[in-house]
Amino acid sequence: MPGKLKVKIVAGRHLPVMDRASDLTDAFVEVKFGNTTFKTDVYPKSLNPQWNSEWFKFEVDDEELQDEPLQITVLDHDTYSANDAIGKVYIDIDPLLYSEAATVISGWFPIYDTIHGIRGEINVVVKVDLFNDLNRFRQSSCGVKFFCTTSIPKCYRAVVIHGFVEELVVNEDPEYQWIDRIRTPRASNEARQRLISLMSGELQRKIGLKVLEMRGNAVVGYLQCFDLEGESGLVVRAIGTACTLDKLSNTSAFLPACNSPSKEMKEIPFNEDPNPNTYSSGPSTPLKNQTYSFSPSKSYSRQSSSSDTDLSLTPKTAPSPQGPRIFLFPSSPTLSCDSPHLKKSCLLLSGSSVKPLHCSHVSPVVLRKSVSFTEELLLAASGMGSGSAGKEGGPFKTLLRQQTQSALEQREFPFFTLTAFPPGFLLHVGGVVSARSVKLLDRIHNPAFVGIMGNTRSYKLLDWNSFNSDEPETRDAWWAEIRQEIKSHAKALGCHAVVGYSESTSICEEVCILSASGTAAVLNPRFLQDGTMEGCLEQRLSWQPGFFSIGSEKGEVDFFPQSQDSSSLLGIEEASPPGCGFCHIPYDELNMPFPAHLTYCYNCRKQKVPDVLFTTIDLPVEAIVVGKGCLIQARLCRLKKKAQAEANATSISNLLPFMEYEVHTQLMNKLKLRGMNALFGLRIQITVGENMLMGLASATGVYLAALPTPGGIQIAGKTPNDGTYEQHISHMQKKINDTIAKNKELYEINPPELPEEIIGSPIPEPRQRSRLLRSQSESSDEVTELDLSHGKKDAFVLEIDDTDAMEDVHSLLTDVPPPSGFYSCNTEIMPGINNWTPEIQMFTAVRVSRLSNINPTNQTLNKNFNDLCENLLKSLYFKLRSMVPCCLCHVNFTVALPEDELVQIAVTAVAITYDKNQALQANKAPTEKSQQRASTDNEEQLQFPLELSSDPLSSQPFSPAKEALEGASSHTGIPAAQRATSLEKASPLAEGYLRHRSVPSGTNSTVSVVKMTPLSFLPGAKITKYLGIINMFFIRETTSLREEGGVSGFLHAFIAEVFAMVRAHVAALGGNAVVSYIMKQCVFMENPNKNQAQCLINVSGDAVIFVRESELEALPVPAPAAAAQPAGSAGDVTT
Amino acid sequence: MSSDLDVFVGNTTLIDEEVYRLWLDGHSVAEAVSLVSPVSPLSPVAEAVARRLRGGVLEREGTSVAVLQSDTRDHYRTFQMLERLLHAPPRLLQQLLFQIPPERQALLVQRYYAFDEALARELLGKKLSKGTKKELDEVSARTGVGIRSCRRQFDNFKRVFKAVEELRGPLAENIQQLFLLPPALARDYAAIVFFANSRFETGKRRLQFLSFGDFAACAQSMMAHWSQGALAPEAADPDGDLPKSFLQDLKELKVLVSDKDLLDQHKSLVCSALRGKISVYNELEANFKALSRALVNVGGKLTHARDVRDFFVDLVEKVIEPCRSDKWSPGDLRLFLTHYTAAPRNLPGFRHQALWERYMAAISACLLRMYHD
Repeated sequence: MPGKLKVKIVAGRHLPVMDRASDLTDAFVEVKFGNTTFKTDVYPKSLNPQWNSEWFKFEVDDEELQDEPLQITVLDHDTYSANDAIGKVYIDIDPLLYSEAATVISGWFPIYDTIHGIRGEINVVVKVDLFNDLNRFRQSSCGVKFFCTTSIPKCYRAVVIHGFVEELVVNEDPEYQWIDRIRTPRASNEARQRLISLMSGELQRKIGLKVLEMRGNAVVGYLQCFDLEGESGLVVRAIGTACTLDKLSNTSAFLPACNSPSKEMKEIPFNEDPNPNTYSSGPSTPLKNQTYSFSPSKSYSRQSSSSDTDLSLTPKTAPSPQGPRIFLFPSSPTLSCDSPHLKKSCLLLSGSSVKPLHCSHVSPVVLRKSVSFTEELLLAASGMGSGSAGKEGGPFKTLLRQQTQSALEQREFPFFTLTAFPPGFLLHVGGVVSARSVKLLDRIHNPAFVGIMGNTRSYKLLDWNSFNSDEPETRDAWWAEIRQEIKSHAKALGCHAVVGYSESTSICEEVCILSASGTAAVLNPRFLQDGTMEGCLEQRLSWQPGFFSIGSEKGEVDFFPQSQDSSSLLGIEEASPPGCGFCHIPYDELNMPFPAHLTYCYNCRKQKVPDVLFTTIDLPVEAIVVGKGCLIQARLCRLKKKAQAEANATSISNLLPFMEYEVHTQLMNKLKLRGMNALFGLRIQITVGENMLMGLASATGVYLAALPTPGGIQIAGKTPNDGTYEQHISHMQKKINDTIAKNKELYEINPPELPEEIIGSPIPEPRQRSRLLRSQSESSDEVTELDLSHGKKDAFVLEIDDTDAMEDVHSLLTDVPPPSGFYSCNTEIMPGINNWTPEIQMFTAVRVSRLSNINPTNQTLNKNFNDLCENLLKSLYFKLRSMVPCCLCHVNFTVALPEDELVQIAVTAVAITYDKNQALQANKAPTEKSQQRASTDNEEQLQFPLELSSDPLSSQPFSPAKEALEGASSHTGIPAAQRATSLEKASPLAEGYLRHRSVPSGTNSTVSVVKMTPLSFLPGAKITKYLGIINMFFIRETTSLREEGGVSGFLHAFIAEVFAMVRAHVAALGGNAVVSYIMKQCVFMENPNKNQAQCLINVSGDAVIFVRESELEALPVPAPAAAAQPAGSAGDVTT
Repeated sequence: MSSDLDVFVGNTTLIDEEVYRLWLDGHSVAEAVSLVSPVSPLSPVAEAVARRLRGGVLEREGTSVAVLQSDTRDHYRTFQMLERLLHAPPRLLQQLLFQIPPERQALLVQRYYAFDEALARELLGKKLSKGTKKELDEVSARTGVGIRSCRRQFDNFKRVFKAVEELRGPLAENIQQLFLLPPALARDYAAIVFFANSRFETGKRRLQFLSFGDFAACAQSMMAHWSQGALAPEAADPDGDLPKSFLQDLKELKVLVSDKDLLDQHKSLVCSALRGKISVYNELEANFKALSRALVNVGGKLTHARDVRDFFVDLVEKVIEPCRSDKWSPGDLRLFLTHYTAAPRNLPGFRHQALWERYMAAISACLLRMYHD
């Protein structure tokens, strides 16, 4: 019995009127955890009940603690009929399970109902007493910390970065169960919310187990997603990066102390069996029976796809280390497993015998084709594609690769979900690798079952579990395939790892596009190896001598003919200048995987760099950047015929490569148009709808000093004889050149003049219009020998051969730069701005537009889509105009196609103000880490910052004078008297408020302010504690859409409610901010005819406590966060 | 390509003061029609957009009408959601749905409860009932305040009235606590509640020269001097009702005019004190008895609800108008009232000195406030 959960229900307030006759409510509360339920007394006739209950105690397994949410239901007692539910609160108690995070959850939670929204609030206190569990076969992974942040969290140090962890669990979607036909929408929504909460808990626990197995103690860059596959079920999957983190304040403690079971784990001798526990999870609660998972940590989990991998058209020249293809029959790997798997394999046997049949049905070759095409085209176009691996390439590089490979190759997937790294971690970046695969969801129903029953519909009445138990394997196999693909692409780029890795899906009816992308990279092995792991240590010892010998004889001669001695060679990776090292190509230039154009690095002049660099990661802090960055988007629509099943999947597969190519060309052109040469944070989203595909790529363009100056864009016409046409072309050319010049000015791109370079003449002779025409930056002499390759590639030439192309060029020019005072980027920090002020405003904007064309063409759709995005951005700039000068950071667009002609775009971003005066100085200084810090005196200059920055810590009256000064804008928690002095305009309220304090009622319990940001940091503040992960899923439904203000009113209220619930949970944990906030899903469906709408939102982030940097000195000892919680009792003078 | 759904939600709720003002003002259809825009002419949003267009936002920010519409709609939705909370401002402070800085919350409440004095003047002393609400169309036409705004303000009056009707203690303070209003605004609301409660007649033609401010000041003096709270702060009755016992006692003062001796003595005391000090001495001497009778009788009638209604009419008709026709200056009136109030102290056999001074304090304040053109 390793844990005791204690819950106290204190009070409620602002409850809805449930009894029309008396205008009052007889409320009581049910507290449920697992299968145990407690009830409070009925508090009669009050809208502000004071239950002040006893402590309800639940004695539970820690496994259950991790999986289950605490469920609090507020009801109205009714003597004669059934009690009416007012609403619920789900509390994830996970943050209480690790010792470093929160110790108590206490505060006001909005009572949420899926039909009515927020209905009053309830004050709850939750505590957990956790006992040590020494059982090595335990199923729980309490103590493993989870972070959404995709970098090493601010108050931690990474001791080891272990690598990729992933897991998925599958269940039937309650919305599609037969019972849904007879139950109320509310019951159905609640079943769904609860199930997803349960599945996320389970998923997190299982990932935690994997992390413990890898001897890590944390997951960073944890990304959990839902795939709502409709009829075929619900998939919850997560990826992350396992790390061993060390709290910065206490360097001695390696692993979390006290309750953390990971400590015990260390004492257990290393088990040879890689997965001693995961498979043996027995059903301990009835609910758990419903969710099955499978951990694919070994390649033999790929059985279902094993037969088709060979047929894939992807040029996988590098053999996969584990050689999954040797298993031709799905049953063989399971049989070859260790004893713990026996149970599982028995379970599988029934299904596996039918599998070949399944394969022939699906014709996976057709479906998978897209992946390989796509990838090749994309990469070739980007100038960093796949093709053949540089296997026999430079021995030096190979060696280098080997050194880290040895560490990485013991893992199946050397992937990292991180986007920012400790200095020195990232050695080289190869480029973006991505893979997509089109799948038919229809086929994932257990083929065994189909074989037996011959009727896909009837299964709903049967026990779902017995037939779908191996379904996660199908999903796992799909992902494993894609990851394998990514891995081989990375190899082809001479890289042994993939960073900034992410996965996503787009589902429409029965078709699902799985996508994965990342940045191929070479990493420093130092961070990847755990000194305690003997295997690694051995390998490290063994490769080193070899490295010396071969390196000195070949590497020097072949590749560094100029003047490199062996010492620099030895430590070459460390020796490469920090500002440009990551730009240097990791692949072998003589045997390049694609036609690329290389020059010597413009920074160190020693190594080769590509002409453009695309990555999915954040700009490394040490990178040397010229000017500022900007958000670059490529937008694209493609019509598709409506089709069914395989025909549909095939047509999508056929479209994908063209879309990727076009998206890529657009990105490249827009990058050139801004005079920049690198993209960071690239995210390409392909969304599938019934009759079209949409592609949206967002990235932040920058000018890297290490890379060559980009050339201009040259327009070439097809009909050179026509005089007017020619005139038109030259006019257009002029416009483009003007735009480039303007952009350079706007983004302050003035690269230092290099003697052998001619900068600023991007316009070649207008006469030369041959296809071979390229722009000019390569006029430097070193590159002349490489100019031979130019003919193969003409990414800079826009050839206008028909009206479509003309429109493409036009659309290039329609991107309006943001109004003055605004910058935007989709990365964490804006390159070139490093003087943030503490004012932030996080927001979510959602738009759904109808594409009204009767006969839409690709062109009109493109234009519509483009306008939609541009208008959305414009309206954001307008809304946030009061914050100027400011920067929109982490601009995250998601596109969905909910219905035939509807396009939904959701944007979440944060606007951060910066100091204009300091910006001038900052431009001169190279980008520093101090970007994240704002000077402290800016705070005082701000009279009324928009965002409340009050944090519980500052509410302690340590420095009253100072607080009085700042109080007006930044503190709600300070005593009202102080605030009143600083509130001139607002004094009446403050006075009235002051009065209330004297009244013995609870009206004065201020709502503590919680900041939210998609970034991993808060400008001008220091994160002192991570309180745990916030991962919430809500459903809202209405049957009175018009009455709630139509679709906009409905969604507006819902998003506000989601924010409110996130804030309440963070505040209850004692936190004052959410960092790395992300809205992962926003699924909106409407049926205006029935006056109905439904929306699902999934958000996550890290709850933290931050302290203003200016207050750090004033507050040497942070006060306990719980002290800042609003008082438990509350009343209302109105009653 | 039309936007079906378009929302923007900030973690900190964005409040645009300009749009808030437009929302509070309500809008006339005429303005909306003047806008050449595809929005339906009856929508309040369109009007707001039109107003903003005229305000030059477009030129200032270089944005488009569509953006302006989207922004205005967002704000309007926010305000509509906030309105429920604004009905009980303490809830605005406690609610979790909108994260709004305190000074913004104060601004929201203050602006929401601010009212047009012209409208308040029209409604003073009227019963805050459905019937009155139906007449708001005319009031709107007379005052030039938009009908939507009229209704909102009327509802505010009514809400405040209902909330404090039964409460004990000082009206203004109760209002201030329950609605978190600035003190001055709370006092104005107290006056409105006081008038609505006592149903003083204010609509007569002869009272038209009096502004809302005049009446509010009178109400405040009356509450300050006459209400039970003025004597004993822990009193049981709400300030809105004048204490019955006090009104009953006022009848005792009639002795000042009914007893011929007292009246004469009173007159001689006042006249001797004022001789040479005021310009209208002769007129005073001639009218003293009429004035004194009027002043005392006004109080004597207050026990009957019907007569209470005529309180201000009587003061104007019987005191202010005669004085004005005799060209009293405000200084003259002030001197007269001071001595008139003080004189009974020296009247032998007058036992109601305290009551008299309490009564006259409010009457004097009212008269001085009302004595203008």
